[in-house]
Parts: sequence; structure tokens; C-alpha cells
Amino acid sequence: MTRTDDHPAVEVEPVGMIERIRLSGTSRLRISAVREYGIVFAFAAMFVTLSVTSPVFLTSANLLNVLNQSSDVGIIAVAGTLVVIAGGFDLSVGATYAVGGVVAAQLTPHIGVFGSLLAGVLVGLGFGLANGAIVTVGRINPFIGTLASQIMIRGFALVLTGGALISVTNTSFATLGQGTVFTVRYAVIVWLVFGCILAYILGRTTFGRYVYAVGGNAEAARLSGVRVGLVRGATFALSGLAAGLAGIVAASRVSTGQADTGVGLELSAIAAIVIGGTSILGGEGAVWRTVLGVLLITMIGNGFNLLDVNPTYQQIFQGTIILVAVGIDAFARRSRR
Amino acid sequence: MTTSQPHIELRDVGKRFGGVQAVSGVSLRIERGTIHALVGENGAGKSTLGKMIAGVHRPDAGEMRVDGRLVRYSSPREALADGVTIIAQELALVPQRSVIENVFLGNAGVAKSAGSLRDQRRRYGELQDLAGYAVPPDVRISSLRVADQQKVEILKALAREARLIVMDEPTAALTAEETARLFEVVRGLRDRGTSIVFVSHFLDEVLSLVDTVSIMRDGKLVRTRPAVEETSESLVTGMLGRSLDTSFPPKVPPAPSAPVVLSVRDLSASGLVEDVSFDVRAGEIVGLAGLVGSGRSEIARALFGADTKSSGDVSIGGDRIDVRSPRDGVRAGIALLPEDRKDQGLLMQRSILHNITLPHLGRVSRAGVVSRGRERRAALDLISRIGIRASGPMAAVSTLSGGNQQKVLFAKWLFGGPRLLIADEPTRGVDVGAKRAIYELIHSLAAEGVSVLVISSELEEVLGLAHRVLVLRSGRLVAEYDHEEMSEERVMHSIFATDQSSTSGTSS
Repeated sequence: MTRTDDHPAVEVEPVGMIERIRLSGTSRLRISAVREYGIVFAFAAMFVTLSVTSPVFLTSANLLNVLNQSSDVGIIAVAGTLVVIAGGFDLSVGATYAVGGVVAAQLTPHIGVFGSLLAGVLVGLGFGLANGAIVTVGRINPFIGTLASQIMIRGFALVLTGGALISVTNTSFATLGQGTVFTVRYAVIVWLVFGCILAYILGRTTFGRYVYAVGGNAEAARLSGVRVGLVRGATFALSGLAAGLAGIVAASRVSTGQADTGVGLELSAIAAIVIGGTSILGGEGAVWRTVLGVLLITMIGNGFNLLDVNPTYQQIFQGTIILVAVGIDAFARRSRR
Repeated sequence: MTTSQPHIELRDVGKRFGGVQAVSGVSLRIERGTIHALVGENGAGKSTLGKMIAGVHRPDAGEMRVDGRLVRYSSPREALADGVTIIAQELALVPQRSVIENVFLGNAGVAKSAGSLRDQRRRYGELQDLAGYAVPPDVRISSLRVADQQKVEILKALAREARLIVMDEPTAALTAEETARLFEVVRGLRDRGTSIVFVSHFLDEVLSLVDTVSIMRDGKLVRTRPAVEETSESLVTGMLGRSLDTSFPPKVPPAPSAPVVLSVRDLSASGLVEDVSFDVRAGEIVGLAGLVGSGRSEIARALFGADTKSSGDVSIGGDRIDVRSPRDGVRAGIALLPEDRKDQGLLMQRSILHNITLPHLGRVSRAGVVSRGRERRAALDLISRIGIRASGPMAAVSTLSGGNQQKVLFAKWLFGGPRLLIADEPTRGVDVGAKRAIYELIHSLAAEGVSVLVISSELEEVLGLAHRVLVLRSGRLVAEYDHEEMSEERVMHSIFATDQSSTSGTSS
């Protein structure tokens, strides 16, 4: 079956998609179809279940709440999708997220709100570029490279704050995280716009095409004239920028910069990417998948709250879903041989 | 040999992958202690059939009997319990470990007695006796040649007490001499009672080796006959369902006035190529002949910028170019069809469309944004021009047959309108019908004025295609033959330096 990841049409036309699966020849749903569209079914199933079981779920207030809660992981995960498709991994985003918020909070009294927020994003971009250099110029395995840089970046955050919380008194600092337009939080808009931009970059631009090529077969991409290192490095730069962006949104939300925030955020992002169906081996995937993956995870948390289930079970459930997603991926690969 | 009960019997076996019926309704008997070949074009289903026998694929129709007993393998491990195993095209050895470790890897029977390494050594000696050859047990797999790795695979199969071995294209990566030695080994195994299923599309090899040949076409069995009753012509006729002229298209050498497109002076590359100089004119097809390691592929890679360290002067169309990366090569109008299309050429999981436009994506893009309409039109145009058979431009390359994959590789490089096309093993792993189509394609490109360098391990192919042949030995250009002078004998002598004929060629 042809992969149609980069066709946004699949996202907006679920009916056509289901027809397509039927057309593929067998009455029974095949495993590759489950893998291809599993996230759509899972998302729809969860959405319907919660709509039926909870009277609160399907209210605009709650749905906006779900979107708002998922914005930090969401911003990071959509950029992380490009890293994973290009065959990389970025474990440093949680630390970059913290440092971005800290820098923004600390600079606000000196250079104003806009400048400091921008500085937070640029610091993220800087660390992203450094990660890109570590992985491409330094030829260090991305897993290890960003594991090391994560520890260093977290250290920078602690050095900057001295371990203290940085409170911001300037009230306009909070606008980005708390402000709304027609009851929709700016944070949500930032997330969705950022997601659309990255989906466009991945699906429609030459750079996006190179991202798939580099992750799918680096040597073939190189022998096609693609600058493999540059493309890979750029995905890390985008990932750092996204982490900085998410970091300033979060800092703005609480008007505080914290060095110890965002611990484990990188793993939530990778979980969302994988649940969406982007291949952990690179070369295949899509941004819309990750958006659904992020929303699914957040909905699970939201549902457990609404249905008043012990939150401990939430973790077990989330872990199970990740396992199922990866299991389907592995099984689909095996049956394709 | 018992004819009453075959080693393996298949009845109406079928297998479907997605929308493709890879094998259907195949009934076959494999007699004990024989070598049984499965031949057919790529995509005919011969590999799939072999893999079903060995439990790699599970048939979804029909039944299979081993020693008269009905079996339904769902993994190679289950097949192995019945003494049935496969040596796949991609060898399944652990490159960082030693030969002996690989031979006994995952072998439960030996693991129990693994306390005694001496036992393992003794058993290894027995296996060598059984196989009829020796491989040093303590060297690393990664330091062995492919041919020796294959011997290790055979030892591994014997260690697991395999009584039937499926060999999938075992000679694809071997030289003629290595192939001959492998055949001795295989005959030895048969004479000691092992049954061999030999999947190949080298027909002459098959006829010289096997006892029985089964021909497959479009997933179905055409016929099974003793090898002595077949000829390579009869096999080709059976494989194609028609007789096909496998000869080469007529050569049309370029006009003497055709301008020089590629000019190479004193090219050297990190000890593998030394001071090589030659010219290629517009519309000329030049063959590079030589043994593996003679510098053939290294010259191609150096011209294209695939390997960094090289020196010398290269000009294209009179302009000196400084190629330091494949990107520079692409920009200079050079196209390289690499020898290994899966590892170096194609994005197997991506669509035909995305593969074709990758090197020259800028031509169908504006400001970094791909124009999907223009891209699609360009790709459809190439797909029909080259005759790629696929369900559509969005079909994943991995779903195509080897010949069609190779055509995608051609389409990918034709899209840019190259001035120099370097084709390294252009027909490796490609069936007979597609070979002829690729030869015609190369000729038509030359007729359009593209300069072509052809590299092939099949001397027949180099001689059949090229207007002029350059012979390489140990990284040096040792002889040159133009169309009238070239003969298999002369070129062979130059390749192996067996007599003075190498100096009679005009060395440049």
C-alpha cells in the first residue's frame, strides 16, 4: 500500500481513507492498514468513548483545555517528528525547554517582554544548532550526543538560576501563556500554527523531501546530491527552536522561569511521535500523525480526570498504548517481508 | 535416492503480498539428495517459493509435506526442526563475531555442551569434513570475502543438521572462480545426501549444476524437467512465455567529429586508482573492464565525487570541474547509477515519484516549495518513456520487481538530463526481459548525445554495449580497444595480464 503521509488530504477526508482501505482488496482489515491509520482509529475511538461516558468532555471549555494542556509537548513533538524522520533523536528538548523559559524570565526586566521571549527562542535554536553539530560534524550517535547535551543544558539552566525560581513581575509577560482570543489561548494558537508550518515544510518543500530521503537511506540521499549533514543538522536546529518556543510559552503561563521544569518532556514527545505512527527507524512519518498522538495522550489524562479514575492507572494505560503502537509498527514490518 | 517419497512435496501452494499474488497454485516435488533449481524472471515468485519452503513466508493456500508429513511452518525455526533451512541473499551472519561463534550461534544442541569449547572445536572439524572444505574458525566474519561468508553459512546450516538447504541467488556476489568452487561444495553436499533448492537466474550456471529445473513465470510453475533436457534457450523461452533475442541492440558509434564531453587527466584516488587518463565523446558508450578491485567502480565514484580523496583534472564539455561531493557531481551534469540499488540508489519505502525527482528537485520547485503538478507530470512522462511497470507513480519502490526498480533508478537520473551517465552494474539482479530494455535505454541515451560509462562484471555486457573498452588492472589503465579491436579473448588477456596482448592495445 502506498504511503500517503505527506498528503494532508488524508487528515481532512477520513471517509475517503476508509474507502481506500476497503479498496485494498481484503474484507478483513490488514495489519498495514492498522499501522497506517491506527492513530486515526484510536483517536476517534477515544474521542467517542469519552464523549459518551462523560457529560463534560464534549464541551468547548474542556476541549480547549485539552488543546492548551497539550501545547508544550505538542510544539516540541511536531518538530521532533522531523528529527525522527531524518533518522535522529533529540533527548535534550526537556532541558532546552527549561533554559528557554529561564532566559526569557531573567531578561524581561532588562530588555522587555518581546525581546526576552525572542531571546528564549533563540537560545533554544542555539542549543539545537549545537546538537546538530554534535551529531553531524562530530559524528556522535544522536541518542548519546543529545543525552550528554541534555545534562549540560540542564546544568546551564541551574547555573543561570542558581536553583531559584525566577518570578516575573511584568504582567504583560503572561500574555503569551494566559491571554486568549475568542476564548482560545494564544498558546493553543502558537501550537497549531507551528504545527501547520512544520507540516507544510515536511510535506511540501524540498527540505521536507530531503528529510525523508536522509532518514530513509542516507547513502542514497548523499549519492543523489543531498547534503545529508546539513539536513539532519537543520532538523535538530528546528527541534531546539521548538523547545525554546515551548519553554517561553510555559514560562509565560506561570510568569516564572524554572531550571527543573520539563523533566521527561522529551520522552513524552517521542511517545507521541511513535503513537502517531512515525517510524522510529526514520524515513517514514508525518506531522499530522504526531498532532493526533499528542492529543490522544492528553485526552487519556483528561478522560481519567473526568471519569475520576485513579491517576496511577493512567501511566499504566499510556505505557500500554505506546507498546501497542510500536508493536503494530514492528508487526507490520515483519508481515511486509 | 527414493523416488517413492519426495523430500518435499508442495500441492497448490499460494502466497499473496498485499495486492500482489506472488505465488499461486504451485505443485512441486523435491527429491531427496538432488539439486533442484527454481528459475524465472525477477518477480516470478521463485524466491518467495524458496522462502515458503524454509518457513520464512507462510503460504496462504495449499499444503506442504516434508518427508510425507503435512507441515505448516510459521517461522524458519520450525522449518529448521525438520532439517529445512535457507541461505538468504543477504547473509545472516554477525559480522563482529568469529566464524566458529557464528556457526554455532543459537544452536541449542551445541549450547548445552558449550561448557566445553573443545567439543565445539571437534564438532567444527567434523562439519568441515562434512562440507568438504575448511574455513579458519577464529577470524572475524567481517574480514572474510562474501564467498567465504557463504561457506560459513553452509557450515552453519550443517551445524543445525539441515538436510534440505534453500540457496537464494548464492552466486550473485561471487566471481566466476568463486562460483565454481561453491558449486563443488554444493555437489559435495548433494553426494552426502543433502537436498538443495537452488534459486537463481544465471541460467548457464544452473544447467551446469543442478539435477532438476523448475521454471516459474508470474507466480505459477511453468514446468519441471531434468536439467539435461533443458538448454538456456529453452529456459528463457519458458521463463518469458516467448522466445526473446537476448542479444544486444546494434551499436551506433558516434561521429568522429563528436565533441569530447568527459576528459580525465591523471586521475588518482587514494591508492585504488593511479594516473588514469581518458576521454569520452558525446554519444559514446565506453566500457570499463577489469576485476573487482581493479579500480573500475573507484573511477566512477571519484568522477562523481562519492569518495572525497582524489586528484587529477576532470573536464566536462571543456570546463574544468572540481567535484568534491556528489552534490558537485550532480551539478556538473554527471549521473551515477550505483552498483547496489537498495543500499546506494533508492529510497525503498518511498514512492517512485519521490525517488525520481530527488536529485533535481529544484527543477519542479519554486522558492523551495515543490510544485506537485509539475513534479507529477515530469514523473509520469519518465515512467511511460522508460516503461516502468507499476500501479502508479505513488507506488512504493519496494513493491516493484528488480528490473522495474532499476528502471526507476534510470528515470531518477534521466530527469536531470545528464551529460555523462555512469552506470555501475546496470543490470545486476535484473531479469532477462528488463536487461534488454535497459540496454536499449542506454543506446537511446547515447543516440541523444549523452556520454556513457558502463561498468559491469559481465564482460559480455561490456563488450555488447560499449563502442570502446578501457581495461583496468590494479588501479591503472592498461589497455584500450575500439569497436573493431575488442574481443572477449583480448580483453580477458588484458584483465588477467596473461600475455603480451595487453601492450598491443593502445594504452593512453
